[in-house]
Amino acid sequence: MSENVILLAIDGSTGAERALAHTRRRAELGGAKVVVAYVIEWSPYSFNTPEENAERHSRRESEIAKAHDSVIGPALSYLTDGGIVVDSIVRHGNPTETLIAVAKETSAAQIVIGRRGQSGLKSLIFGSVAGNLIQTAPVPVMVVP
Amino acid sequence: MNRIIIALLATLAFASQAQAGIDESINAFTAPIAQFVGTVVFFKISVAGAQLPLVVLWLVIGAVFFTIYMGFINLRGFKHAIELVRGDYADPNSSGEVSHFQALATAVSGTVGIGNIGGVAIAVTIGGAGATFWLIVAGFLGMSTKFVECTLGVKYRTENPDGSVSGGPMYYLRKGFEERGMPGFGKFMGTFYAVGIFIGALGIGNMFQSNQAYVQLNTVAGGALDGYGWLVGLILAGVVFAVIIGGIKSIARVTEKVVPFMAIFYCFFAIIVILLNFSSLPMAISNIFTGAFTGEGVAGGALGALIIGFQRAVFSNEAGIGSASIAHAAVRTKEPVTEGYVSLLEPFIDTIVICTITALVIGTSQVADPNFAGDATGVAMTSAAFERHMSWFPVPLAFAALLFAFSTMISWSYYGLKGWTYLFGEGQMGQTVYKVIFCAFVALGCIVKLGPILDISDALVFLICVPNILGLYFLAPIVRAEMEAYKAKLETGEIRKFA
Repeated sequence: MSENVILLAIDGSTGAERALAHTRRRAELGGAKVVVAYVIEWSPYSFNTPEENAERHSRRESEIAKAHDSVIGPALSYLTDGGIVVDSIVRHGNPTETLIAVAKETSAAQIVIGRRGQSGLKSLIFGSVAGNLIQTAPVPVMVVP
Repeated sequence: MNRIIIALLATLAFASQAQAGIDESINAFTAPIAQFVGTVVFFKISVAGAQLPLVVLWLVIGAVFFTIYMGFINLRGFKHAIELVRGDYADPNSSGEVSHFQALATAVSGTVGIGNIGGVAIAVTIGGAGATFWLIVAGFLGMSTKFVECTLGVKYRTENPDGSVSGGPMYYLRKGFEERGMPGFGKFMGTFYAVGIFIGALGIGNMFQSNQAYVQLNTVAGGALDGYGWLVGLILAGVVFAVIIGGIKSIARVTEKVVPFMAIFYCFFAIIVILLNFSSLPMAISNIFTGAFTGEGVAGGALGALIIGFQRAVFSNEAGIGSASIAHAAVRTKEPVTEGYVSLLEPFIDTIVICTITALVIGTSQVADPNFAGDATGVAMTSAAFERHMSWFPVPLAFAALLFAFSTMISWSYYGLKGWTYLFGEGQMGQTVYKVIFCAFVALGCIVKLGPILDISDALVFLICVPNILGLYFLAPIVRAEMEAYKAKLETGEIRKFA
């Protein structure tokens, strides 16, 4: 682990904004590089109509463009304002699994993620990305409340 | 708005009153045409006492040829197909594109339909137990035809300016023949195919489905829906309208999600029935094998059983008709041949698994009680076989049939649309016109008697396998070269599994 890399997972929520602010302070102090990741929830095992399949490619492109414009872009400029070296990744997939794969690819030293603060029942049914990461990530996970 | 709806309902009610008259005039007009088209397409030759339609022979020879030419890809590619569907070779950087699994699932819900429940019963009624054996053989050979079709579908698809894709036989026929220095012929074949798939989409992909769904509902309702075909038709057309024009994706999404579960539900209970008939199972299986080679009690003997089996298999899995390659073409892959591998599984699931299970349900019931279904055939016969053990089953079965019909209509609306846009361009206005026509035919399917209209559509769907398979022969060397190159890349490790 030659580089000091922080993987920041964001999703456009207010929790993600707090995680972003926290990551900027940490990175400024420790001189870390920040990789900002946005995962678009998607499963290769869903059932689609033929029309959805035919339009999938253009829809994917627009999803990625939208993620860059509205979520990744502002986060990156906020970080570079603080003089931090940044990189970004937008990828489709299961959020937890994808973030773990990205953490490995970028040799991140830790993952920072905001908390949604869902109620018990909701997270019981849908699970929470932060909770799942804590259980399965190969590197330390910092959950920002 | 309300007034319009009331007026519409009144018109339809009136139409159903006048239906007898309309039916007769439609019949009088279309019957001779249907008869003519039917005789030409299903032109039969007499072989050793059996009537062999040439078009079936054409499909069988094609399937045998592709199986041999591709080196038994249906057997040897099976394991690799599973690995591809499982996502072993999926590049995480292209996640978010249509996966192999999704393309297969979409194509399968287009082919799994009433045929899997009712078509098999028809095969067994006419062709005896032995027809089942040939049905399975046809499914096995059809896997190779699908492999060739779907590889070409991906290789020669067209990317539209808006980023969506259009593919299928009309595109590979046109571009493939163009590459081989026959642009005029390619254009003719492409247009011919597009017209055929468009009309087929209104017939077997639409009216036949909505009609069968209505008949099933009415049977379960004990005839309470007699004379209300217009109402059922209107509701069905409304739901289809909401999906394909209103863009209400949620309905389509629900159907696409429910259909696989219905298929599993159906197979699950079918296996239970087979187990309940367990003592009859050895006899039923032995009937299938002996019937296949002796053809006892079947017109035309073993050959008669073979013909029926093959015909029904094609009806069910559509191998050689080319329709599925339209759905498979949506996959985005650097190697078109990977989609060919995946499509192998389609006739396997449709014909070798689901049809065989239905055949065993019927076969074991017949051994236990030769007259279990009375005069019933088609879906009603299958339903009766289930009813012997589970009196409640016809209701969920009718529901399953309705959903199968609906998902088949959604898939075929897309196939027909691609034929239409091939002919008239990708303009939004034209697409809407097509979709309105499609919905009108959904309602019509429940109102008019199908006989001759269906015969025409049936014949046309079989007719488009003539240009399709002819094209496949010409383009098969390209597919084989792609396959060899791909295999070499697998061996050298240039293409390998991800994690």
